[in-house]
Amino acid sequence: MMFDIYESLVSALRSIRAHGFRSFLTTLGIIIGVAAVIAMVAIIQGFSYSVNQQLSGLGSNSLTVQSYTPLSERLQGRIARISTDDLDLISRRVEGIASITPVLYSQGGLNQIHYGSQLTSAQIAGTTYSYQDVGRLFAKYGRFISDIDNVTRRRVAVIGESTRNNLALPENPVGEFIKVGDEWVRIIGLMESRGQIFGQDQDNFLLLPFSTMRTLIGNQIQPDIFIQMSVSELGDLEEIRARITTLLRNAHGLTTEDNDFQVQSSEQLADTVNTILGSVTLVMGGIVGISLLVGGIGIMNIMLVSVTERTREIGICKAIGAKRHQILLQFLFESLLLCLLGGFVGLLIGYGIGAAASAAIPGFPSAVVPFWAVILAFGFSAAVGLIFGIMPAAKAANLDPIEALRYE
Amino acid sequence: MALLEIQKLSKEYMMGQQSLLALDNVSLGIGKNEYVAITGSSGSGKSTMLNILGCLDKPTAGKYILNDKDVSELNPDELAEIRNREIGFIFQSFNLLPRASALANVMQPLIYRGMKQKDRKKAAEQALRHVGLGDRMDHLPNQLSGGQRQRVAIARALVTKPSILLADEPTGNLDSRTTIEIMKLFDELHAQNQTIIIVTHEPEIADHCHRIIRLEDGHVAEDRMKAA
Repeated sequence: MMFDIYESLVSALRSIRAHGFRSFLTTLGIIIGVAAVIAMVAIIQGFSYSVNQQLSGLGSNSLTVQSYTPLSERLQGRIARISTDDLDLISRRVEGIASITPVLYSQGGLNQIHYGSQLTSAQIAGTTYSYQDVGRLFAKYGRFISDIDNVTRRRVAVIGESTRNNLALPENPVGEFIKVGDEWVRIIGLMESRGQIFGQDQDNFLLLPFSTMRTLIGNQIQPDIFIQMSVSELGDLEEIRARITTLLRNAHGLTTEDNDFQVQSSEQLADTVNTILGSVTLVMGGIVGISLLVGGIGIMNIMLVSVTERTREIGICKAIGAKRHQILLQFLFESLLLCLLGGFVGLLIGYGIGAAASAAIPGFPSAVVPFWAVILAFGFSAAVGLIFGIMPAAKAANLDPIEALRYE
Repeated sequence: MALLEIQKLSKEYMMGQQSLLALDNVSLGIGKNEYVAITGSSGSGKSTMLNILGCLDKPTAGKYILNDKDVSELNPDELAEIRNREIGFIFQSFNLLPRASALANVMQPLIYRGMKQKDRKKAAEQALRHVGLGDRMDHLPNQLSGGQRQRVAIARALVTKPSILLADEPTGNLDSRTTIEIMKLFDELHAQNQTIIIVTHEPEIADHCHRIIRLEDGHVAEDRMKAA
């Protein structure tokens, strides 16, 4: 039996080589299908890696509290807020928090920055010293915002590399004055570059002391803020989340089940993203499955043509003593090999596309094709080859030698 | 002792509603080292006889005993085995595998016997030299002349050392000079104790044989030994 398998493989290979171009066209369906799988997996894996990387930048032990207004409430003109009182409450009443900081993002028109004749817009936010830990920011020149800056509401700012560049500021911009909205502020620090994630610039920002920011946006009584914190012990994360939820529900006097805020961990965000990516994978997988099916039908078609075309040869082989399983194996291996070759070529092309895509998208890691995807692609190709090869091979094996020899 | 024996053998074909009796209750025996011609006009049943003797087809009734073995009741795979071991086919249209070299063509039947590549090559080379094609082994069939192709086919038939060499109009596609060469080769093979059965409608070919069986309408009309 091993002998038959070996000999069938050899003659199948010979036959594939004899019809080189046709074999290539035959496998095109499989090639495209597998290339699509591999490219898709490579890109989604890269995407997922990138998202997780970014979120872990927040630290897996970090929590974010932000206001949440359901659409129905918003339509009635109610807007939920997280206030500085909430911040005080959490920092006083919840234990196990390593650092906590408010972040006040600019609302409305306040996003323009002037320097000399240069004008640019950037993400402008007010925060405190602790943000340096939470946001993983490190000073390249100068320093970060200090607590004193906050207490005294100093008109100072730290900026990112892109913002410096956009404003044509000197290499070391510390000490330069820029205009944020209508206020002049002095640059006290330039932060190290964080690169891009999904083509989004991570370095186009301007941070002010939290209290300065409040002044700048007109000292609203209660601005809506973000609270970012990191917990000391990762294991306490859920407990702290529950504690904060109870605390804020009491403080906001909530009686219904709905909360007017969200407490999110970076892990939770990662889960959400991964769930979305998972369903994208499924949908794409379905489409690719259809393309492999079509590829398989193409192979069956050509194999049937091939059997008809070689009817006489099959007759000769039978006349000189070929048994049914020997003919069957030869044709089965031919379709199997075609599919596996298609799978292999598809793998290379898919990897190429994945690599090209990840090179083209900034901030993407280099393409990684996990081992399971390779196995899946080959397994699927082999299955297609076997399933769609059986019928033509059986047809060949069951030919009547006399009829086959007479075939012109 | 008969090498092969057919007893009360009939073969009936169904052509739609009509049945056609191609062989009708034929009995005959052929011994070792005989050189037999089966002749007859078109439709006499000689092709049917060839198919049954060659184990390509099964009789409707009667027995076919080859080398003391009843082969009339075997299944297709067992028949393939018998064809591989006992029969060497030579066809009118050569029936070589078009994409395989002369050597590969001759090696082909040995694959079905489970012989190793090295041994196959040795046996095939020997068979090709035997038919005078030692210098044409790597040629494809379409690079060979008709006579050379038929020699390759004969080498392929001989390489398995079959009990019977079964030739179906072996010179039908050849010119007269090549016909003479090929028939000379058959004569030589017979001289080397090979049993040969040639199916032909040409009297000149039949004349080479020592025994001539003439079929007519599915019966043996004549079975005579030629005077030596």
